[in-house]
Amino acid sequence: MARQPKKKNEVETTGHEWDGIEEYNNPLPRWWLWIFYACIVWGIWYTIAYPAWPMVQGATKGYLGWSTRANVAEEIATAEAANAEINERLASVELTAIADDPELAGYARSAGEAVFKTWCAQCHGSGAAGAKGYPNLQDDAWLWGGTMEDIHYSIAHGIRNEDDPDARYSEMPAYGEILEEPQIEQVVNYVMSLSPTYEPQDASLVADGEEIFLDNCAACHGDDGKGDIFQGAPNLTDAIWLYGGDYETVKETVTNSRFGVMPPMGGAQLTEAKIRAVATYVHQLGGGE
Amino acid sequence: MGAVTETKGRNMTNYFKLIVLGVIALLALIAANYARDLAYLVNALTVALVAAGLFIWTLRKTDEPVPAVDLSGQYMDGVVRAGVIATALWGVVGFLAGTFIAFQLAFPVLNFDWAQGYLNFGRLRPLHTSAVIFAFGGNALIATSFYVVQRTSAARLWGGNLAWFVFWGYQLVIVLAATGYLLGATQSKEYAEPEWYVDWWLTIVWVAYLAVFLGTIVRRKERHIYVANWFYLSFILTVAMLHIVNNLSIPVSVFGSKSVQVFSGVQDAMVQWWYGHNAVGFFLTAGFLGMMYYFVPKQAERPIYSYKLSIVHFWALIFIYIWAGPHHLHYTALPDWASTLGMVFSIVLWMPSWGGMINGLMTLSGAWDKLRTDPIIRMMVISVGFYGMSTFEGPMMSIRAVNSLSHYTDWTIGHVHSGALGWNGMITFGALYFLVPRLWNRERLYSLSLVSWHFWLATIGIILYAASMWVTGIMEGLMWREVDANGFLVNAFADTVAAKLPMYVVRGLGGVLYIAGAIIMCYNLFMTVKRSPAVEATNSVVPAE
Repeated sequence: MARQPKKKNEVETTGHEWDGIEEYNNPLPRWWLWIFYACIVWGIWYTIAYPAWPMVQGATKGYLGWSTRANVAEEIATAEAANAEINERLASVELTAIADDPELAGYARSAGEAVFKTWCAQCHGSGAAGAKGYPNLQDDAWLWGGTMEDIHYSIAHGIRNEDDPDARYSEMPAYGEILEEPQIEQVVNYVMSLSPTYEPQDASLVADGEEIFLDNCAACHGDDGKGDIFQGAPNLTDAIWLYGGDYETVKETVTNSRFGVMPPMGGAQLTEAKIRAVATYVHQLGGGE
Repeated sequence: MGAVTETKGRNMTNYFKLIVLGVIALLALIAANYARDLAYLVNALTVALVAAGLFIWTLRKTDEPVPAVDLSGQYMDGVVRAGVIATALWGVVGFLAGTFIAFQLAFPVLNFDWAQGYLNFGRLRPLHTSAVIFAFGGNALIATSFYVVQRTSAARLWGGNLAWFVFWGYQLVIVLAATGYLLGATQSKEYAEPEWYVDWWLTIVWVAYLAVFLGTIVRRKERHIYVANWFYLSFILTVAMLHIVNNLSIPVSVFGSKSVQVFSGVQDAMVQWWYGHNAVGFFLTAGFLGMMYYFVPKQAERPIYSYKLSIVHFWALIFIYIWAGPHHLHYTALPDWASTLGMVFSIVLWMPSWGGMINGLMTLSGAWDKLRTDPIIRMMVISVGFYGMSTFEGPMMSIRAVNSLSHYTDWTIGHVHSGALGWNGMITFGALYFLVPRLWNRERLYSLSLVSWHFWLATIGIILYAASMWVTGIMEGLMWREVDANGFLVNAFADTVAAKLPMYVVRGLGGVLYIAGAIIMCYNLFMTVKRSPAVEATNSVVPAE
């Protein structure tokens, strides 16, 4: 039986009891009920206004004509239309003339930064400081040249990839298959003697190493070891090491060689304006020539 | 005579069991022999070992005279005790895994080189989610539902040792799933990672669970079914349906763990999030509301606030929740209409969810004075409070415009954890503190001040967790969409990752506090069983009125 209230203001219970638990017969809280109704009414309106109910032939479209895909397409079209003129200009002027036009240069820098952070940051880092095997783009050491034209070409066609026949290409031989172990040790010591940051591990081998260097390495890296941007051969006399300048790493490089690859960004990936934008951005980071 | 027949019948069952166990052990060994991958091999050997162990155990018991005892007048509490222990232990395992992977995110060096492919974030993350949801939460639900359904039906669990089969079968699911994750067996479906054979086994265990629960309700001596049992039953039934549909897949080989889903593309995504959202809706909401509806009035010693509200919010909740899944797939390949419906149902769900909060808080309202003296009530209040907060936050995040900011950010992680740590964790801790003295016939808990310590550590831990994830989630959402004057994006993804570091550390510290509380709880419960003064057993079935 429903328990009658003992105290004033106490509602009766339903009369059920389970393991000592009873239930008051309180009504639904008004505010709760009204918000619930309001949500339902709002929900019905919303499903009429927006695409909602699946029918036999597609779903109802909603009277507002709203669509996520149409919205995105519209936003992209608006952004493209807003920048169409300047993109056109960016894609057609002389590469070297971009820097002379402050409006164009400013636009190219901000567009280029966005492109860089989407497409390039994965390897070169979001600050373009590079990582082992991925060149630092902030310094003035350039494997394939640091002029606007050079940078533009590297970005558009990439390096040592199989996707673009015009990709920059060169290949260092793996000297482990050509030289004897003692000879490799000699040339490694010589290479280390060229760098201002490292001392050769064994100075007595440097002289013999120079012989080997001139016979085998100088064709690309130059007699003075200063490298050759036409072959992507690094300068060995500066303090910059793509893979590392310590004895073990240089020996690893000489023995097995390296084959750094960069994909082409031209063609299907980026428009000419975007490639020029990111080239401008990279060029102005500090080391552009 | 009767006793002799009983023994004979039991022996017949034992012979049957021996045959089944022997065949399972043999098949598992054959499977191990032909295993095509390591996870499958380890899982097959685990099954063979368990079956062989049970075979020997059964063999030793066979032909022993068993005294026939009529147990129908007593509640079956052994399996609940086992469930309570499992809940506490799996809880600690799950929290530890979670805290560790939180620090892995803050300090990637913790993805040790020597443990790549076993203990890196990708392998441990599903281990954490499954351990807390299914091992901790699932054991809590099974144990409390067995306790509650007996008390509120005034009947012993139906099916004899079937309840023990459910308990141990479920532990086997957990062990197979966990070892599988570490060795790389996964369907790559969130919260449904276990591969096909584990899914099959769980289906069998779950049907047995449904049978035990339903059988007990059918046996009930009370005319009405108590509201907690509606919630438990809806949870068991719906999870069965969700589990089966989302795991429809075809094994590549019977001797390998890999399987291929029958759904593909956006249909697969939709089925997955229909499952995933209702894992939250029915496992972590409906099931735990069942817990709330028993333990809150018992601990507060107050009647439930409103019977009407419990009916209306129950039916509204279960009818509406099931449609809310598409809000996980806003702005994806999912058609707009499905996304709209998911959002609308999520918002309409707000009040039905809050019905449970109102009933919980208003039930406590006559017992506010107990907040000062009873830390368990305090846990329950915090729990219901976090339930209310996350069931408001959820509908809000399902709004497309909000979702475009929050989706894929840590805000989602924060939302899930304010629900999981706050609501599910705290109500479970409350239930464990309630159950242990009663199940082990102790006068009281070993120490209420340790419960207080647990309460404060856990609460501060949750606040650190949720607050840091709100900050970092909204921050990264804003950083992702930040554009400059020309309309170009400003931040690289790596920039947003770097910006999150301090908040990741705070989150990890929150986890440390939370797990410290859980360890204190385990100690307290252990000492309760060990040291608290004993009282006379009170597990006799209450006669019907």
